[in-house]
Amino acid sequence: MSTILVQVIVGGLLLGAVYALFSSGLTLVWGMMNIVNFAHGDFVMLGMYVAFVVYSLFGAGPLLGAPIAALVLATLGIIVYFGLIREIMKGPMLAQILGTFGLALLLRYSAFWWFGANFLTLPENIVGGTFDILGLRIQASRLLAGGVALLVTLGLHLLLTRTSLGSKMLAVAEDSTAAQLMGIRPDSMQAVAWAIAAGATGLAGALIATFFYIVPTVGETLGIVAFVTVSLGGFGSVPGALMAGLLIGVIESLSAYLIGAVYKDIVVYSLFLGFLWFRPQGLMGKT
Amino acid sequence: MIRRLLWPSVVLALVLAYPLLFSTPFQQRLGALVLLYAIAASAWNIVGGYAGQVSVGHVVFFGCGAYAAMSAYAHFGLSPLVGIPMGILLSAGIAAVIGVPTLRLSGHYFSMATIAVAELARLIVTNTNYLGAAVGLSGPTVPRNVFDLSFISALPYYYLFLTVLALTLGITWWMANSRMGFYLRAIRDSERAARSLGAPASRTKLYAFMLSAGLTSVAGALYAMMFGFVDPESGLGILISVKILIMAALGGAGLLFGPLVGAAILVPLEEISNNLLGGKGAGLTFVLYGAIIVLIARFQPGGILTLIKRLWAKRRKMPAHAVAPEPSHAP
Repeated sequence: MSTILVQVIVGGLLLGAVYALFSSGLTLVWGMMNIVNFAHGDFVMLGMYVAFVVYSLFGAGPLLGAPIAALVLATLGIIVYFGLIREIMKGPMLAQILGTFGLALLLRYSAFWWFGANFLTLPENIVGGTFDILGLRIQASRLLAGGVALLVTLGLHLLLTRTSLGSKMLAVAEDSTAAQLMGIRPDSMQAVAWAIAAGATGLAGALIATFFYIVPTVGETLGIVAFVTVSLGGFGSVPGALMAGLLIGVIESLSAYLIGAVYKDIVVYSLFLGFLWFRPQGLMGKT
Repeated sequence: MIRRLLWPSVVLALVLAYPLLFSTPFQQRLGALVLLYAIAASAWNIVGGYAGQVSVGHVVFFGCGAYAAMSAYAHFGLSPLVGIPMGILLSAGIAAVIGVPTLRLSGHYFSMATIAVAELARLIVTNTNYLGAAVGLSGPTVPRNVFDLSFISALPYYYLFLTVLALTLGITWWMANSRMGFYLRAIRDSERAARSLGAPASRTKLYAFMLSAGLTSVAGALYAMMFGFVDPESGLGILISVKILIMAALGGAGLLFGPLVGAAILVPLEEISNNLLGGKGAGLTFVLYGAIIVLIARFQPGGILTLIKRLWAKRRKMPAHAVAPEPSHAP
């Protein structure tokens, strides 16, 4: 294999790790509450803008921007849960989808109104330039984003499977009435899930902002990427989201390199529809 | 009996006379646009309201109709009307491709697939030269005959759209009162119960989706004829989906006249806010739309008509001789 192909694949893996990070938030909420957050991509968009604001106020990079973005978005997640989700969960399917879809519009066009439609970027060398590893040229910003995203996604998996908080959340997901009888409050656990899910998008947004363009409508594309990742990985499964995210990152990079950048989204969306036809339960999920 | 018919006939007379009573070009155009969006929203209502499957990518069918009508003129020199059946067939085909796999799964998959297909269509068309790529396709600049449906005044469009709207509502009413309508209501309320009683759930939802798609494509074709062109933004932009959906939901999803009420409120609202706020208005209008959708979902998923019906029923309950039942299909 030529070096350039390896480089494309490595780049895809690094981007895919970030996809996995924000998609695991979507899969967590979906698996636990059977709610699909149509504003998920727009949460990532907000994380990017938070990183941008932190940079323009303090001149700070992702070291400060990422934790702040995660905190801001986690707070937003809790507000959204108590203000909207808790009520629409009891309503008909129409209300559930309309609610989060309306939220997506509200966030997207508030950003549009406030920041304008222009493409914003953080300075290219905010994390450090480009360097060589084993003959591959890799941007430090992408390496940082991919590495942190991978670690946090794995941490999230451990949190859900190895801690008592994780067990409580899974208990609520399995049967919230039974969990309540065991002294677990479904309400708090679901709020925690929303905080974690939204916090993950904030972190992912701040990481991706170091090398991605920032624009209000980016949430739409990223939201669909999250849908693809979750349906590929099987809903409710963080390891599934990780595998699927990495795979989609690689597929996207390869198709951009082999066919052309404008076709990469076409390839990913077609893949999604193909999966819905032939394997709706995802790569490793259950129906 | 006469009392029952009084109000509907007054409303009908007002609708028929509107462009004559309010005869400035702006008012006539506004009226035509309300009817156009009411057609699209009524078509959405068949799958979104009656079948309870929330499509957030209905613009793909709208775009099919618009592009089919403009292609008929731009590539074959035919009347844009010829494109309408093509648009309907294409839309129903796309609906089947989305619907067959997703309508077996939970409703979330259906919504996600519709949004992905709409984006996919926009990306493909933007990169297809035959369909005018990013520039789009134009209709006849000078009408050759009346079949080009290219008029300067909005008046002919008003009555054309009114006719098509009446047809759409007629089809919806007929469907809602046929066996299919009863199946759909049963499925929406409890799919498991409906299936166990032998209602063919997936198939009925698919038919509703295909019917809805075909009618939406007619709205798209009419839109392209009125504006004389279509490009990826005006024919396949996600915001068209948003408008269609919010009008139906605001008025009352699953009610015959809900989408018309929603369109009559929102189209003037958007025109006015665009006029008042200028370029900045576009962003704010959609902030407002988002807020309205969230508020409907949170407080009144049945829309305005359901609310009015409920208040009306409460008022009517006061005298003992006229007890009206609660609307049974209120969620």
